[in-house]
Amino acid sequence: MNRPTHQPMVWMLVAALALALLPLVLGANAIDKLTTLFIFMLLASTWGLLAGQAGLVSVGQQAFFGLGAYFALRLVDGGWTAYPALFAGAIGAAVVAWGLSFFVLRLKEGEFAIATWVIAEVIRILVMLDPLVQGETGTSLIALNAVEPELRRNYGFWMALGSLVFMLGVTAWLLRSAVGTATRAIGEDDEAAASLGVRVTPTRRWVYVLASLGAALAGVAWLASAITFLPRTNFGVQWSVLMLFMALVGGLRSQWGPLVGALLLFVLQESLGHLGAWYLAGLGAVAMVFALWLPRGLAGVWDDWQARRSASAQPPLAPTPVSSSPSLNPVPRSSTP
Amino acid sequence: MIDALIQGTLLGGYYAVLAAGLSLMFGVMRIINLAHGDLAMLGAFLVLWLVGLGWSPWLAVLVAVPAMGVVGMLLQQWVLARTLRAGVLLPLLVTMGLGALIQNGLYGVFGSEARSLADALGELSWASWTLPGDIVVGQLPVLTLVLGVAVLAGLQGMLSWTRMGRSIRAASSDPEAAALCGVDAASVHRAAAAISVALAALAGAMLATRATIEPYAGPLLLIMAFEAVVIGGIGSLWGTLLGGILLGLAQSFGALISPQGFQLGGHLLFLAVLGGRLWNQYRHGLGLSIWPTPRRTTTRAAAPKTLEAQP
Repeated sequence: MNRPTHQPMVWMLVAALALALLPLVLGANAIDKLTTLFIFMLLASTWGLLAGQAGLVSVGQQAFFGLGAYFALRLVDGGWTAYPALFAGAIGAAVVAWGLSFFVLRLKEGEFAIATWVIAEVIRILVMLDPLVQGETGTSLIALNAVEPELRRNYGFWMALGSLVFMLGVTAWLLRSAVGTATRAIGEDDEAAASLGVRVTPTRRWVYVLASLGAALAGVAWLASAITFLPRTNFGVQWSVLMLFMALVGGLRSQWGPLVGALLLFVLQESLGHLGAWYLAGLGAVAMVFALWLPRGLAGVWDDWQARRSASAQPPLAPTPVSSSPSLNPVPRSSTP
Repeated sequence: MIDALIQGTLLGGYYAVLAAGLSLMFGVMRIINLAHGDLAMLGAFLVLWLVGLGWSPWLAVLVAVPAMGVVGMLLQQWVLARTLRAGVLLPLLVTMGLGALIQNGLYGVFGSEARSLADALGELSWASWTLPGDIVVGQLPVLTLVLGVAVLAGLQGMLSWTRMGRSIRAASSDPEAAALCGVDAASVHRAAAAISVALAALAGAMLATRATIEPYAGPLLLIMAFEAVVIGGIGSLWGTLLGGILLGLAQSFGALISPQGFQLGGHLLFLAVLGGRLWNQYRHGLGLSIWPTPRRTTTRAAAPKTLEAQP
């Protein structure tokens, strides 16, 4: 907690700028893959914020993933140009999240989980009733075909990267502010926090809307690179399962853990994804193992290892050099005891 | 119209069996088992597999349901018991992972082909009775409803009159007091999990007689089970039956409006009931009557209502 707070932020910005130049050197395939990775990281970190920090296990964040994309399609249909429409769509989804929060945040744990899921299903069905989407068939963001393919790929990459950096920055700022302290208190025990004067519901609303904005940004970045919009895919509950996996395996209580989880999922998908259903079954099994035996995830393992090392080394301990990649930069943000 | 009324009511028995297991597990262990629907699918596929080996469907159900009860017991002992002390987050995460494991495992073993028990049942699957007024009622749905009510009655009897039933009720109303009185929490939990998963498997088999099933159907079953529990009110088996029937009715009437309306009707009834309950709590907390007088409608009080309308 007492570490220099600005250092990770500076590192993150430097790394982001370096990453933003990658399209100059890397081929199309690599850029596509990295876009996917950034979308995973965006989903993982926002779900981790929701579940790990505020204690809200949602099975319905895919509602905003799909809804942002749907709003963008609607705006483009109404005459907007593609890229402003994508961002406006994500913000529209966050506004819907704000409205919904008055309802869902009054629910308790399991009820919250399933009510958010039901709401995601209702939104999916309503979206499928829209003639623009053509039910199961889905539609595509044809306006993007006007953009030259290479430029489009790079735009998608920068969108995903920019959204990720923006969300990580806002989250880091939020968690260091008074809201962050309140959020962690609520995540530990909401009734105790309320009795100490933490305004539980407004704080949760902040976190919920922010996490939903993150999911929506991921959704529009996905649409920008995939172009097609299939209601069953974009609103699919499998997104929640993936978010659970990444956040849980990486470490729910740590801000950087979910990024590690996203990297792990990405590597697993690239290497074992061809196994199809068995790969997904394996993800479920690994998530169970982590929930049962390592509930603090890889970040917890790292923290313990660091603690053991610093216990065996002589204090005062010089700050250990960290690896250069920001996603692997494990700032030991020791959670409150 | 009358047809929708009858179909909806007959669906209720199946939903009640599906929901009773979820409700029991929540009542005793305070766990919402997000893998409940997937366990139902696992039971249904077990029955289908046995029938595929040449067994009679009835015998297959008689064997598969207790077998799934054993699965539930082991699940409680090895998996869920570990999560119970760790707060509310972990059971949700573990059961969500378990659900993904079961769904994709079933897909890996059985493939995506939609299957049904209808062939194995032969004539029964399309036989029907004609009631006065030219109303046709399928025999199988009626049988399902009767079986569902019988199972719930049996469960209610077990909870009311047996020693284990008393222990389960004691542990669910006050775990600490029950432990002080010598109720062994671990064995109560195992029994409740066994009953819960066995009921899920029975409901899965009921679904397989009536419709086609596929490995990824589990999450939707979970949603419906939860909807039936919430609509009927947690903690009462007959409330669950009522909730199941109301859910079936909402779906049947929704299906009259549009093909998508089947799901939508159930979801909207669920959200309306949940919203109504929150509204009551909210008004009660303010010390006001449930229905606002016109002058009292502040913007804050109106919030939950408007939200229901724009899900």
